[in-house]
Amino acid sequence: MAILVDEGTRLLVQGITGREGAFHTGRMLKGGTQVVAGVTPGKGGQDFEGVPVFNTVEEAARETGANASVIFVPPPFAADAVFESLDGDMSTICCITEGIPVHDMLKVSNYMRIQDATLIGPNCPGVLSPGKSNVSIMPGDIFTQGNVGIVSRSGTLTYQIVNELTQRGIGQSTAVGIGGDPIIGTDFIEILKKFEADPETECVVMVGEIGGNAEQRAAEYIQSEMKTPVVAYIAGFTAPEGKTMGHAGAIVSGGDSTAEAKSQALQQAGIRAATNPTEVGALVAEVPGA
Amino acid sequence: MDLYEHQGKELLREHGLETLAGIVAGTPEEARRAAETLGGTVAVKAQVLTGGRGKAGGIKVVHDPDEAEEAARQILGMDIRGHTVKKVLVESGAEIESEMYLSVTVDREAKQPLILFSTEGGVEIEEVAETNPDAIVRLHVDPLIGLQPYQVREITFAAGLSGDAAKGVGRTLQNLYEAFQKLDASLVEINPLVITADGRVLTLDSKVTVDDSSLYRHEDIAGLHDVEAADPEEQRAQEAGLQYVKLDGDVGILGNGAGLVMSTLDVVAQAGGEPANFCDVGGGADAEQISTALDIVTSNRQVRSVLFNIFGGITRGDEVARGLLSAIEQTDISLPIVVRLDGTNAEEGRQILAENTPPNVHTEETMLDAARRAVELAKEGGQ
Repeated sequence: MAILVDEGTRLLVQGITGREGAFHTGRMLKGGTQVVAGVTPGKGGQDFEGVPVFNTVEEAARETGANASVIFVPPPFAADAVFESLDGDMSTICCITEGIPVHDMLKVSNYMRIQDATLIGPNCPGVLSPGKSNVSIMPGDIFTQGNVGIVSRSGTLTYQIVNELTQRGIGQSTAVGIGGDPIIGTDFIEILKKFEADPETECVVMVGEIGGNAEQRAAEYIQSEMKTPVVAYIAGFTAPEGKTMGHAGAIVSGGDSTAEAKSQALQQAGIRAATNPTEVGALVAEVPGA
Repeated sequence: MDLYEHQGKELLREHGLETLAGIVAGTPEEARRAAETLGGTVAVKAQVLTGGRGKAGGIKVVHDPDEAEEAARQILGMDIRGHTVKKVLVESGAEIESEMYLSVTVDREAKQPLILFSTEGGVEIEEVAETNPDAIVRLHVDPLIGLQPYQVREITFAAGLSGDAAKGVGRTLQNLYEAFQKLDASLVEINPLVITADGRVLTLDSKVTVDDSSLYRHEDIAGLHDVEAADPEEQRAQEAGLQYVKLDGDVGILGNGAGLVMSTLDVVAQAGGEPANFCDVGGGADAEQISTALDIVTSNRQVRSVLFNIFGGITRGDEVARGLLSAIEQTDISLPIVVRLDGTNAEEGRQILAENTPPNVHTEETMLDAARRAVELAKEGGQ
């Protein structure tokens, strides 16, 4: 098993004919993902590397049975793309786009409350279940099938850690990049719940960073609800206050938002925390079954 | 993007909020004329993008134009928490009956706008939260439905207001929420919100932060960005679409992905070094962008070595290698550069580097080794 995406994922790509959409669709196809449809308004009827392109998500879903989508459209149109995916009944939506206005995401996430779907991102690398399905911009070659789940606010930090794990011969069940924006569709806790319920996942790596208090809330959840061991890593100890560190959501604004506060909360909850990405691999290697 | 008090107030006025009459002055003489125009007692207020200006002596209440000129002379040029005061706002006085606090922010946890109201105005809300938490009313708004009248009543009743004062504060709250939405703000704060002796509800001081990601649809606000107040390297980086934050150390750092770069900074610090900056070249960075990034990082004269940490996902390794080589060629960088390259098209990237490696470029396989090497080279360069 895996979480969110697997052999049953029939993927639709919104923005398939754009530069990034096209590049990563090619990679996802090579990785064995069932990419069944693309959507680019005005380009319906064309095809991209054998994948039929449609004008609307509704039409694409009806014609191909797509059940998940990945979004590569530019920020001004991205919220609209998420709404279209939701109304087109996609059950898992990965929004890769970076730079969506916060107020657009406020509307999207409050609409999500009345929907039975999972939105991953925005400003995220997507979701990859090695050997099953790649709905992401992650470099598939560094992954190997196994029992470690990964949930992270950072894309490249995820790759770094996956690489460390693979080099140690430790495989992964699913890697989920939840995104670096202040408002994201799915937080740590919802993903941790899915990993806890997944019989294949024997250990979870959680990668957090400065900004917000999602790590503290996750620490509470891990301590009270999870049996699966968790190894954590937090980035941003050297970040100055009041500066946005690349991710719109990565900003120290006092209190809970610092790396120290997060690290302390993890420690208090008895969660093993690594001080650098390499140490994550070493700590996971100590977990039986991982 | 943070706005100056006078800019924020102007935008809030456009959304129906009432402020005192004010005039912006850049010289003591202009401040004198402003005080003459406004008449009577005025406040001379430093315009800086930081808090704590009152404590720093950046606000003075004066009684005539002579005093206004003198106050402006003292305040202009003042350094407040590293910000130089270049303008003052000269504002009319008011007879204040009571002071309150009102703000709308984005609550990341609830994923909704959050209204904070307090009957204790004029002090930091964080302070009130500690000393008298019961004085604060917190209200979430569903952005799909908007602020409802009952929510406005909850605030005015909690404040113990009635009659015209209740109506005035209620109207202010509605206008402020509308401004928050229309301006794509991540924060609108009025502290203090005052009721005057003659029953007016006024925005005495305001703080407005507009979401950077929304600036494409707010050209007027984007135009308010104070280029001179920004660090020159940060300004250049912003224009080039790069995420750059200047720090105090001597190891220049570039990488792709905010998390990886933050982690690289931490690892450099653990290796006994001091990061000179944060620089995320971002997803899909091409040769030109990388060369600009390298140029910006090395234009900081404190930098003794550069650590280039790339793990390819959306940024392709071959593009990175070509960008690096062309940057070194273009800018004639002689500083030692430690490169660590992995991920998408990393093979191709490493090959490109191996075939063309200039003498000052050192490659390392792992992030930790690369950090240690960069720290060593910075120390050697500093001697």
